[in-house]
Amino acid sequence: MKESAAQRRWRSYGPPIILILGLLVLWEVLVTWQAVPPWILPAPSQIIQAMWQNADLLLPHVLQTMKQVLLGLGLAIVTGVALAAILDLSSWLRRALYPLLVASQTIPILALAPLLIIWFGFGLTPKVFIVTLFCFFPIAINTADGLTAADPELLALLHAMGATRRQIWRKVRLPASLPYFFSGLRIAATYSVVGAIIGEWVGASQGLGIFMLRSANAFKTDQVFAAIVISSLLSLILFGLVFIAERALLPWYYTSQRESQWV
Amino acid sequence: MSNAHLAVNQISKTFYDNGQAIPALAEINFSAGAGEFITLIGPSGCGKSTLFNIIVGLMEPDTGEICLNGQVLRQRTGMFGYMPQRDLLLPWRSVLNNVILGPELAGEDLKAARQEAASLLPLFGLEGFGEAYPATLSGGMRQRAALLRTFLTHREVMLFDEPFGALDALTRRDLQAWLLDIWRQFNKTILFITHDVEEALFLSDRVLVMSPRPGRIALDLIVDLPRPRRPNILVEPHFIELKAQLLSTLGA
Repeated sequence: MKESAAQRRWRSYGPPIILILGLLVLWEVLVTWQAVPPWILPAPSQIIQAMWQNADLLLPHVLQTMKQVLLGLGLAIVTGVALAAILDLSSWLRRALYPLLVASQTIPILALAPLLIIWFGFGLTPKVFIVTLFCFFPIAINTADGLTAADPELLALLHAMGATRRQIWRKVRLPASLPYFFSGLRIAATYSVVGAIIGEWVGASQGLGIFMLRSANAFKTDQVFAAIVISSLLSLILFGLVFIAERALLPWYYTSQRESQWV
Repeated sequence: MSNAHLAVNQISKTFYDNGQAIPALAEINFSAGAGEFITLIGPSGCGKSTLFNIIVGLMEPDTGEICLNGQVLRQRTGMFGYMPQRDLLLPWRSVLNNVILGPELAGEDLKAARQEAASLLPLFGLEGFGEAYPATLSGGMRQRAALLRTFLTHREVMLFDEPFGALDALTRRDLQAWLLDIWRQFNKTILFITHDVEEALFLSDRVLVMSPRPGRIALDLIVDLPRPRRPNILVEPHFIELKAQLLSTLGA
Protein backbone atom coordinates (compact mmCIF):
# COMPACT_ATOMS: atom_id res chain seq x y z
CA MET A 1 0.00 0.00 0.00
CA LYS A 2 1.35 3.40 -0.92
CA GLU A 3 1.28 6.02 1.81
CA SER A 4 0.77 9.70 1.09
CA ALA A 5 3.52 12.29 1.53
CA ALA A 6 1.82 13.62 4.69
CA GLN A 7 1.67 10.13 6.18
CA ARG A 8 5.32 9.52 5.41
CA ARG A 9 6.32 12.82 6.95
CA TRP A 10 4.34 12.05 10.06
CA ARG A 11 5.97 8.63 10.31
CA SER A 12 9.47 10.18 10.33
CA TYR A 13 8.86 13.41 12.28
CA GLY A 14 6.01 12.26 14.51
CA PRO A 15 7.96 10.21 17.10
CA PRO A 16 10.55 12.89 17.98
CA ILE A 17 7.84 15.60 18.21
CA ILE A 18 5.75 13.47 20.57
CA LEU A 19 8.79 12.62 22.71
CA ILE A 20 9.95 16.23 23.00
CA LEU A 21 6.46 17.54 23.84
CA GLY A 22 6.02 14.75 26.40
CA LEU A 23 9.33 15.58 28.12
CA LEU A 24 8.49 19.29 28.21
CA VAL A 25 5.11 18.60 29.83
CA LEU A 26 6.76 16.26 32.36
CA TRP A 27 9.35 18.94 33.18
CA GLU A 28 6.67 21.61 33.63
CA VAL A 29 4.55 19.36 35.85
CA LEU A 30 7.45 18.16 38.03
CA VAL A 31 8.88 21.63 38.59
CA THR A 32 5.48 23.06 39.56
CA TRP A 33 4.48 20.06 41.66
CA GLN A 34 7.78 19.88 43.60
CA ALA A 35 7.90 23.71 43.86
CA VAL A 36 11.50 23.85 42.59
CA PRO A 37 12.77 27.43 42.96
CA PRO A 38 13.17 29.02 39.49
CA TRP A 39 16.81 29.97 40.12
CA ILE A 40 17.64 26.24 40.33
CA LEU A 41 15.43 24.96 37.51
CA PRO A 42 12.87 27.18 35.78
CA ALA A 43 9.84 25.59 34.12
CA PRO A 44 9.67 25.56 30.27
CA SER A 45 6.91 28.18 30.43
CA GLN A 46 9.18 30.48 32.45
CA ILE A 47 12.02 30.00 29.95
CA ILE A 48 9.75 30.97 27.06
CA GLN A 49 8.60 33.96 29.06
CA ALA A 50 12.22 34.98 29.71
CA MET A 51 12.96 34.75 25.99
CA TRP A 52 9.95 36.87 25.15
CA GLN A 53 10.61 39.53 27.78
CA ASN A 54 14.32 39.82 26.93
CA ALA A 55 13.90 39.72 23.17
CA ASP A 56 15.19 43.26 22.65
CA LEU A 57 18.12 42.63 24.97
CA LEU A 58 18.95 39.28 23.37
CA LEU A 59 18.89 40.37 19.72
CA PRO A 60 22.29 42.16 19.60
CA HIS A 61 23.89 39.24 21.46
CA VAL A 62 22.44 36.77 18.96
CA LEU A 63 23.62 38.86 16.03
CA GLN A 64 27.14 39.12 17.49
CA THR A 65 27.36 35.35 17.99
CA MET A 66 25.97 34.67 14.50
CA LYS A 67 28.57 36.98 12.98
CA GLN A 68 31.36 35.02 14.67
CA VAL A 69 29.80 31.70 13.71
CA LEU A 70 29.40 32.58 10.04
CA LEU A 71 32.88 34.09 9.67
CA GLY A 72 34.46 31.18 11.54
CA LEU A 73 32.56 28.57 9.56
CA GLY A 74 33.45 30.30 6.30
CA LEU A 75 37.12 30.32 7.27
CA ALA A 76 36.83 26.65 8.31
CA ILE A 77 35.44 25.75 4.88
CA VAL A 78 38.34 27.51 3.15
CA THR A 79 41.04 25.99 5.37
CA GLY A 80 39.37 22.56 5.51
CA VAL A 81 39.04 22.24 1.74
CA ALA A 82 42.55 23.64 1.21
CA LEU A 83 43.98 21.11 3.68
CA ALA A 84 42.08 18.28 2.01
CA ALA A 85 43.49 19.31 -1.37
CA ILE A 86 47.01 19.44 0.11
CA LEU A 87 46.57 16.00 1.70
CA ASP A 88 45.46 14.75 -1.69
CA LEU A 89 48.37 16.26 -3.63
CA SER A 90 51.05 13.93 -2.42
CA SER A 91 51.16 10.85 -0.26
CA TRP A 92 54.25 12.31 1.46
CA LEU A 93 52.32 15.38 2.59
CA ARG A 94 49.42 13.16 3.61
CA ARG A 95 51.64 11.03 5.86
CA ALA A 96 53.30 14.13 7.29
CA LEU A 97 50.16 16.17 7.95
CA TYR A 98 47.57 13.60 8.97
CA PRO A 99 48.98 12.89 12.48
CA LEU A 100 49.36 16.62 13.07
CA LEU A 101 45.74 17.21 12.14
CA VAL A 102 44.56 14.48 14.47
CA ALA A 103 46.81 15.80 17.23
CA SER A 104 45.34 19.28 16.77
CA GLN A 105 41.98 17.84 17.80
CA THR A 106 43.35 16.48 21.08
CA ILE A 107 44.21 20.01 22.27
CA PRO A 108 41.43 21.26 24.52
CA ILE A 109 40.30 24.34 22.65
CA LEU A 110 38.96 25.79 25.90
CA ALA A 111 42.60 25.96 27.06
CA LEU A 112 43.66 27.55 23.80
CA ALA A 113 41.08 30.33 23.97
CA PRO A 114 42.97 32.47 26.55
CA LEU A 115 46.11 32.22 24.42
CA LEU A 116 44.21 33.44 21.38
CA ILE A 117 42.95 36.39 23.43
CA ILE A 118 46.56 37.21 24.40
CA TRP A 119 47.67 37.03 20.77
CA PHE A 120 44.73 38.67 19.02
CA GLY A 121 43.09 40.85 21.69
CA PHE A 122 39.47 41.00 22.79
CA GLY A 123 37.97 41.73 19.36
CA LEU A 124 36.26 39.57 16.81
CA THR A 125 39.41 37.79 15.56
CA PRO A 126 40.09 35.30 18.40
CA LYS A 127 36.43 34.17 18.48
CA VAL A 128 36.38 33.61 14.74
CA PHE A 129 39.57 31.55 15.07
CA ILE A 130 38.08 29.45 17.86
CA VAL A 131 35.03 28.67 15.72
CA THR A 132 37.39 27.77 12.87
CA LEU A 133 39.42 25.48 15.14
CA PHE A 134 36.26 23.66 16.11
CA CYS A 135 35.01 23.35 12.55
CA PHE A 136 37.86 22.82 10.09
CA PHE A 137 38.67 19.27 11.17
CA PRO A 138 35.51 17.40 10.11
CA ILE A 139 35.50 19.35 6.83
CA ALA A 140 39.18 18.59 6.08
CA ILE A 141 39.03 14.90 7.00
CA ASN A 142 35.74 14.20 5.22
CA THR A 143 36.76 16.05 2.06
CA ALA A 144 40.16 14.32 2.02
CA ASP A 145 38.43 10.94 2.32
CA GLY A 146 35.98 11.96 -0.38
CA LEU A 147 38.78 12.82 -2.79
CA THR A 148 40.02 9.23 -2.56
CA ALA A 149 36.52 7.75 -2.71
CA ALA A 150 36.04 7.74 -6.48
CA ASP A 151 35.52 4.30 -8.02
CA PRO A 152 38.95 2.99 -9.21
CA GLU A 153 37.35 1.41 -12.27
CA LEU A 154 35.89 4.78 -13.19
CA LEU A 155 39.34 6.36 -12.88
CA ALA A 156 40.76 3.60 -15.10
CA LEU A 157 38.06 4.21 -17.71
CA LEU A 158 38.83 7.94 -17.82
CA HIS A 159 42.54 7.16 -18.09
CA ALA A 160 41.89 4.74 -20.96
CA MET A 161 39.80 7.44 -22.65
CA GLY A 162 42.88 9.65 -22.63
CA ALA A 163 41.99 11.98 -19.73
CA THR A 164 44.83 13.90 -18.10
CA ARG A 165 45.39 13.81 -14.32
CA ARG A 166 43.91 17.25 -14.09
CA GLN A 167 40.79 16.26 -16.05
CA ILE A 168 40.33 13.19 -13.85
CA TRP A 169 40.58 15.38 -10.77
CA ARG A 170 38.08 17.92 -12.01
CA LYS A 171 35.58 15.65 -13.69
CA VAL A 172 35.59 12.65 -11.35
CA ARG A 173 37.39 13.00 -8.05
CA LEU A 174 36.16 16.47 -7.14
CA PRO A 175 32.45 15.82 -7.79
CA ALA A 176 32.72 12.40 -6.11
CA SER A 177 34.03 14.12 -2.96
CA LEU A 178 31.14 16.60 -2.64
CA PRO A 179 28.78 14.36 -0.62
CA TYR A 180 31.66 13.76 1.81
CA PHE A 181 32.39 17.47 2.03
CA PHE A 182 28.77 18.15 2.90
CA SER A 183 28.60 15.54 5.63
CA GLY A 184 31.72 17.16 7.14
CA LEU A 185 30.10 20.58 6.82
CA ARG A 186 26.96 19.35 8.58
CA ILE A 187 29.03 18.22 11.57
CA ALA A 188 30.99 21.48 11.50
CA ALA A 189 27.79 23.54 11.43
CA THR A 190 26.58 21.91 14.65
CA TYR A 191 29.94 22.55 16.37
CA SER A 192 30.20 26.14 15.26
CA VAL A 193 27.79 27.78 17.72
CA VAL A 194 29.40 25.95 20.65
CA GLY A 195 32.78 27.24 19.44
CA ALA A 196 31.55 30.84 19.38
CA ILE A 197 30.06 30.61 22.89
CA ILE A 198 33.28 29.16 24.33
CA GLY A 199 35.21 31.98 22.66
CA GLU A 200 32.94 34.53 24.31
CA TRP A 201 33.28 32.98 27.76
CA VAL A 202 36.97 33.81 27.78
CA GLY A 203 36.43 37.46 27.09
CA ALA A 204 33.83 39.40 25.19
CA SER A 205 31.50 42.34 25.61
CA GLN A 206 28.66 40.95 23.53
CA GLY A 207 27.34 37.57 22.42
CA LEU A 208 25.18 34.73 23.69
CA GLY A 209 28.09 33.28 25.70
CA ILE A 210 28.61 36.47 27.66
CA PHE A 211 24.84 36.85 28.13
CA MET A 212 24.80 33.35 29.65
CA LEU A 213 27.67 34.15 32.02
CA ARG A 214 26.13 37.42 33.19
CA SER A 215 22.72 35.82 33.71
CA ALA A 216 24.26 32.92 35.65
CA ASN A 217 26.18 35.32 37.88
CA ALA A 218 22.93 37.13 38.63
CA PHE A 219 21.12 33.79 39.29
CA LYS A 220 18.76 34.59 36.43
CA THR A 221 18.61 30.89 35.55
CA ASP A 222 15.63 31.36 33.23
CA GLN A 223 17.75 33.69 31.09
CA VAL A 224 20.60 31.16 30.97
CA PHE A 225 18.13 28.60 29.69
CA ALA A 226 16.74 31.11 27.22
CA ALA A 227 20.24 31.60 25.78
CA ILE A 228 20.78 27.82 25.66
CA VAL A 229 17.52 27.34 23.74
CA ILE A 230 18.46 30.08 21.29
CA SER A 231 21.94 28.67 20.68
CA SER A 232 20.48 25.21 19.99
CA LEU A 233 18.01 26.78 17.61
CA LEU A 234 20.86 28.57 15.82
CA SER A 235 22.71 25.25 15.44
CA LEU A 236 19.59 23.58 14.11
CA ILE A 237 18.99 26.38 11.62
CA LEU A 238 22.58 26.15 10.36
CA PHE A 239 22.29 22.37 10.07
CA GLY A 240 19.06 22.80 8.13
CA LEU A 241 20.59 25.38 5.79
CA VAL A 242 23.49 23.05 4.98
CA PHE A 243 21.00 20.25 4.41
CA ILE A 244 18.97 22.42 2.00
CA ALA A 245 22.11 23.56 0.15
CA GLU A 246 23.21 19.95 -0.17
CA ARG A 247 19.92 18.88 -1.70
CA ALA A 248 19.94 21.80 -4.12
CA LEU A 249 23.55 21.28 -5.22
CA LEU A 250 23.63 17.46 -5.34
CA PRO A 251 20.27 16.49 -6.85
CA TRP A 252 21.86 13.32 -8.29
CA TYR A 253 22.77 12.15 -4.79
CA TYR A 254 19.18 12.44 -3.61
CA THR A 255 17.32 10.55 -6.27
CA SER A 256 13.89 9.30 -5.33
CA GLN A 257 15.19 5.76 -4.81
CA ARG A 258 17.74 6.82 -2.23
CA GLU A 259 15.16 8.87 -0.39
CA SER A 260 12.82 5.92 -0.01
CA GLN A 261 15.68 3.91 1.50
CA TRP A 262 16.23 6.68 3.99
CA VAL A 263 12.90 7.19 5.65
CA MET B 1 34.22 2.88 -44.97
CA SER B 2 36.48 2.34 -42.02
CA ASN B 3 40.14 1.61 -42.71
CA ALA B 4 41.20 0.77 -39.17
CA HIS B 5 43.36 -2.25 -38.91
CA LEU B 6 44.49 -3.46 -35.53
CA ALA B 7 47.41 -5.82 -35.05
CA VAL B 8 48.35 -7.43 -31.75
CA ASN B 9 51.92 -8.72 -32.06
CA GLN B 10 53.66 -11.09 -29.67
CA ILE B 11 52.07 -9.67 -26.52
CA SER B 12 53.26 -11.36 -23.32
CA LYS B 13 52.63 -10.38 -19.73
CA THR B 14 53.69 -11.92 -16.45
CA PHE B 15 52.48 -10.79 -13.03
CA TYR B 16 54.44 -11.24 -9.85
CA ASP B 17 52.83 -12.12 -6.56
CA ASN B 18 55.17 -12.46 -3.57
CA GLY B 19 58.10 -13.17 -5.87
CA GLN B 20 56.14 -15.88 -7.66
CA ALA B 21 55.76 -15.44 -11.41
CA ILE B 22 52.24 -15.82 -12.77
CA PRO B 23 52.30 -15.79 -16.56
CA ALA B 24 49.05 -14.19 -17.77
CA LEU B 25 49.54 -13.85 -21.53
CA ALA B 26 51.95 -15.83 -23.72
CA GLU B 27 52.74 -14.39 -27.14
CA ILE B 28 49.31 -13.32 -28.24
CA ASN B 29 49.09 -12.68 -31.97
CA PHE B 30 46.12 -11.69 -34.03
CA SER B 31 44.91 -8.93 -36.26
CA ALA B 32 41.53 -7.40 -36.90
CA GLY B 33 40.59 -6.13 -40.32
CA ALA B 34 38.66 -2.94 -40.93
CA GLY B 35 35.05 -3.23 -39.81
CA GLU B 36 35.54 -6.71 -38.42
CA PHE B 37 33.67 -7.96 -35.35
CA ILE B 38 35.97 -10.21 -33.33
CA THR B 39 35.10 -11.93 -30.08
CA LEU B 40 37.53 -13.22 -27.48
CA ILE B 41 36.25 -16.11 -25.43
CA GLY B 42 37.96 -18.18 -22.80
CA PRO B 43 37.80 -19.46 -19.23
CA SER B 44 37.90 -17.02 -16.30
CA GLY B 45 41.40 -15.81 -15.57
CA CYS B 46 42.74 -16.56 -19.04
CA GLY B 47 43.89 -12.96 -19.40
CA LYS B 48 41.20 -11.53 -21.69
CA SER B 49 40.77 -8.41 -19.62
CA THR B 50 44.53 -8.09 -19.15
CA LEU B 51 44.88 -8.09 -22.93
CA PHE B 52 42.24 -5.34 -23.17
CA ASN B 53 43.98 -3.31 -20.48
CA ILE B 54 47.21 -3.58 -22.47
CA ILE B 55 45.56 -2.59 -25.76
CA VAL B 56 43.84 0.50 -24.32
CA GLY B 57 47.03 1.60 -22.56
CA LEU B 58 46.19 0.95 -18.91
CA MET B 59 49.04 -1.56 -18.71
CA GLU B 60 52.34 -2.14 -20.51
CA PRO B 61 53.14 -5.57 -21.96
CA ASP B 62 56.45 -7.31 -21.12
CA THR B 63 57.03 -7.98 -24.81
CA GLY B 64 55.24 -7.21 -28.04
CA GLU B 65 53.44 -4.24 -29.55
CA ILE B 66 50.08 -2.97 -30.63
CA CYS B 67 49.76 -1.55 -34.14
CA LEU B 68 46.97 0.58 -35.55
CA ASN B 69 46.87 1.04 -39.33
CA GLY B 70 50.40 -0.32 -39.61
CA GLN B 71 51.87 2.07 -37.04
CA VAL B 72 53.23 0.91 -33.69
CA LEU B 73 51.33 2.75 -30.94
CA ARG B 74 53.49 4.17 -28.18
CA GLN B 75 50.81 6.28 -26.51
CA ARG B 76 47.67 4.16 -26.52
CA THR B 77 45.32 5.85 -24.05
CA GLY B 78 42.64 7.79 -25.86
CA MET B 79 43.20 5.85 -29.10
CA PHE B 80 40.39 3.31 -28.65
CA GLY B 81 36.77 3.27 -27.68
CA TYR B 82 36.59 1.21 -24.49
CA MET B 83 33.62 -0.08 -22.56
CA PRO B 84 34.11 -2.15 -19.39
CA GLN B 85 31.52 -4.54 -17.98
CA ARG B 86 30.07 -1.99 -15.56
CA ASP B 87 28.47 1.02 -17.20
CA LEU B 88 30.52 3.43 -15.02
CA LEU B 89 28.33 6.41 -15.84
CA LEU B 90 29.12 9.50 -13.78
CA PRO B 91 26.25 9.60 -11.27
CA TRP B 92 26.31 13.41 -11.01
CA ARG B 93 25.83 13.92 -14.73
CA SER B 94 22.71 13.63 -16.85
CA VAL B 95 22.70 10.98 -19.57
CA LEU B 96 23.43 13.61 -22.21
CA ASN B 97 26.41 15.00 -20.32
CA ASN B 98 27.69 11.48 -19.67
CA VAL B 99 27.71 10.38 -23.28
CA ILE B 100 29.68 13.41 -24.50
CA LEU B 101 32.59 12.62 -22.15
CA GLY B 102 34.86 11.50 -25.01
CA PRO B 103 34.63 14.72 -27.07
CA GLU B 104 34.79 16.72 -23.82
CA LEU B 105 38.09 15.10 -22.76
CA ALA B 106 39.47 15.66 -26.25
CA GLY B 107 38.64 19.36 -25.95
CA GLU B 108 36.14 19.34 -28.80
CA ASP B 109 33.21 21.70 -29.22
CA LEU B 110 30.69 20.75 -26.53
CA LYS B 111 27.70 22.27 -28.25
CA ALA B 112 28.23 20.24 -31.40
CA ALA B 113 28.88 17.13 -29.30
CA ARG B 114 25.61 17.63 -27.40
CA GLN B 115 23.72 18.10 -30.64
CA GLU B 116 25.12 14.91 -32.09
CA ALA B 117 24.43 13.01 -28.87
CA ALA B 118 20.87 14.30 -28.70
CA SER B 119 20.25 13.20 -32.29
CA LEU B 120 21.48 9.69 -31.45
CA LEU B 121 19.42 9.23 -28.26
CA PRO B 122 16.44 7.63 -30.09
CA LEU B 123 18.69 5.13 -31.88
CA PHE B 124 20.12 4.10 -28.51
CA GLY B 125 16.66 3.77 -26.94
CA LEU B 126 17.21 6.79 -24.71
CA GLU B 127 14.81 9.28 -26.26
CA GLY B 128 13.41 11.58 -23.57
CA PHE B 129 16.05 10.49 -21.05
CA GLY B 130 18.77 12.97 -21.97
CA GLU B 131 18.26 14.97 -18.79
CA ALA B 132 17.75 11.94 -16.51
CA TYR B 133 20.37 10.92 -13.96
CA PRO B 134 21.83 7.41 -14.38
CA ALA B 135 20.44 6.27 -11.02
CA THR B 136 16.92 6.60 -12.41
CA LEU B 137 17.55 4.31 -15.42
CA SER B 138 17.18 0.54 -15.81
CA GLY B 139 20.26 -1.66 -16.23
CA GLY B 140 19.67 -2.08 -19.97
CA MET B 141 19.31 1.68 -20.50
CA ARG B 142 22.45 2.41 -18.53
CA GLN B 143 24.34 -0.08 -20.67
CA ARG B 144 23.02 1.56 -23.84
CA ALA B 145 24.07 4.97 -22.52
CA ALA B 146 27.57 3.56 -21.88
CA LEU B 147 27.57 2.20 -25.45
CA LEU B 148 26.59 5.58 -26.82
CA ARG B 149 29.41 7.17 -24.78
CA THR B 150 31.80 4.67 -26.38
CA PHE B 151 30.51 5.32 -29.91
CA LEU B 152 30.75 9.07 -29.42
CA THR B 153 34.50 8.83 -28.82
CA HIS B 154 34.58 8.43 -32.63
CA ARG B 155 37.38 5.88 -32.47
CA GLU B 156 37.63 3.37 -35.31
CA VAL B 157 38.41 0.44 -33.05
CA MET B 158 36.24 -0.27 -30.03
CA LEU B 159 36.75 -2.75 -27.22
CA PHE B 160 33.85 -4.17 -25.23
CA ASP B 161 34.66 -6.14 -22.09
CA GLU B 162 31.58 -8.29 -21.38
CA PRO B 163 29.21 -5.35 -21.76
CA PHE B 164 26.09 -7.50 -21.39
CA GLY B 165 27.44 -9.80 -18.69
CA ALA B 166 25.37 -8.35 -15.87
CA LEU B 167 22.05 -8.17 -17.74
CA ASP B 168 19.16 -10.62 -17.68
CA ALA B 169 18.85 -13.04 -20.62
CA LEU B 170 15.98 -11.23 -22.38
CA THR B 171 17.54 -7.77 -22.24
CA ARG B 172 20.77 -9.36 -23.37
CA ARG B 173 19.20 -10.91 -26.50
CA ASP B 174 17.62 -7.57 -27.40
CA LEU B 175 20.86 -5.69 -26.96
CA GLN B 176 22.85 -8.20 -29.03
CA ALA B 177 20.57 -7.81 -32.04
CA TRP B 178 20.52 -4.08 -31.54
CA LEU B 179 24.33 -3.89 -31.27
CA LEU B 180 24.66 -5.63 -34.65
CA ASP B 181 22.41 -2.97 -36.23
CA ILE B 182 24.47 -0.19 -34.68
CA TRP B 183 27.73 -1.83 -35.72
CA ARG B 184 26.56 -2.06 -39.33
CA GLN B 185 25.46 1.58 -39.37
CA PHE B 186 28.65 2.94 -37.84
CA ASN B 187 31.04 0.51 -39.52
CA LYS B 188 33.45 0.10 -36.62
CA THR B 189 36.05 -2.52 -35.83
CA ILE B 190 34.95 -4.26 -32.65
CA LEU B 191 36.78 -6.47 -30.18
CA PHE B 192 34.34 -8.09 -27.81
CA ILE B 193 34.90 -10.23 -24.70
CA THR B 194 32.28 -12.70 -23.55
CA HIS B 195 31.83 -15.94 -21.60
CA ASP B 196 28.80 -16.87 -23.65
CA VAL B 197 29.44 -19.14 -26.67
CA GLU B 198 26.11 -18.31 -28.34
CA GLU B 199 26.68 -14.59 -27.90
CA ALA B 200 30.13 -14.94 -29.47
CA LEU B 201 28.81 -16.81 -32.52
CA PHE B 202 25.73 -14.65 -32.95
CA LEU B 203 27.72 -11.42 -33.03
CA SER B 204 31.08 -12.14 -34.60
CA ASP B 205 32.92 -12.55 -37.87
CA ARG B 206 35.64 -14.39 -35.98
CA VAL B 207 35.88 -15.96 -32.55
CA LEU B 208 39.28 -16.23 -30.85
CA VAL B 209 39.34 -18.92 -28.19
CA MET B 210 41.89 -18.35 -25.47
CA SER B 211 43.51 -21.15 -23.47
CA PRO B 212 43.63 -21.16 -19.66
CA ARG B 213 46.51 -19.28 -18.03
CA PRO B 214 48.84 -18.36 -19.54
CA GLY B 215 46.47 -17.10 -22.23
CA ARG B 216 47.24 -18.06 -25.82
CA ILE B 217 45.02 -18.06 -28.89
CA ALA B 218 43.95 -21.71 -29.05
CA LEU B 219 41.56 -21.34 -31.97
CA ASP B 220 40.78 -18.67 -34.54
CA LEU B 221 37.33 -19.62 -35.79
CA ILE B 222 35.76 -17.90 -38.78
CA VAL B 223 32.00 -17.59 -38.29
CA ASP B 224 30.73 -17.99 -41.83
CA LEU B 225 27.09 -17.40 -41.01
CA PRO B 226 25.16 -15.04 -43.27
CA ARG B 227 24.29 -11.54 -42.15
CA PRO B 228 22.02 -9.90 -41.14
CA ARG B 229 21.57 -12.43 -38.35
CA ARG B 230 18.27 -12.98 -36.61
CA PRO B 231 17.74 -14.84 -33.34
CA ASN B 232 16.44 -17.97 -35.13
CA ILE B 233 19.98 -18.52 -36.42
CA LEU B 234 20.71 -20.10 -33.03
CA VAL B 235 18.94 -23.32 -34.07
CA GLU B 236 20.40 -23.69 -37.57
CA PRO B 237 22.61 -26.75 -38.17
CA HIS B 238 25.74 -24.80 -39.11
CA PHE B 239 25.43 -22.62 -36.00
CA ILE B 240 25.25 -25.76 -33.89
CA GLU B 241 28.30 -27.24 -35.67
CA LEU B 242 30.33 -24.10 -34.91
CA LYS B 243 29.08 -24.13 -31.34
CA ALA B 244 30.20 -27.74 -30.91
CA GLN B 245 33.63 -26.84 -32.25
CA LEU B 246 33.95 -23.92 -29.82
CA LEU B 247 32.78 -25.95 -26.86
CA SER B 248 35.21 -28.77 -27.57
CA THR B 249 38.12 -26.31 -27.78
CA LEU B 250 36.97 -24.73 -24.51
CA GLY B 251 37.01 -28.22 -23.01
CA ALA B 252 33.37 -28.18 -22.02
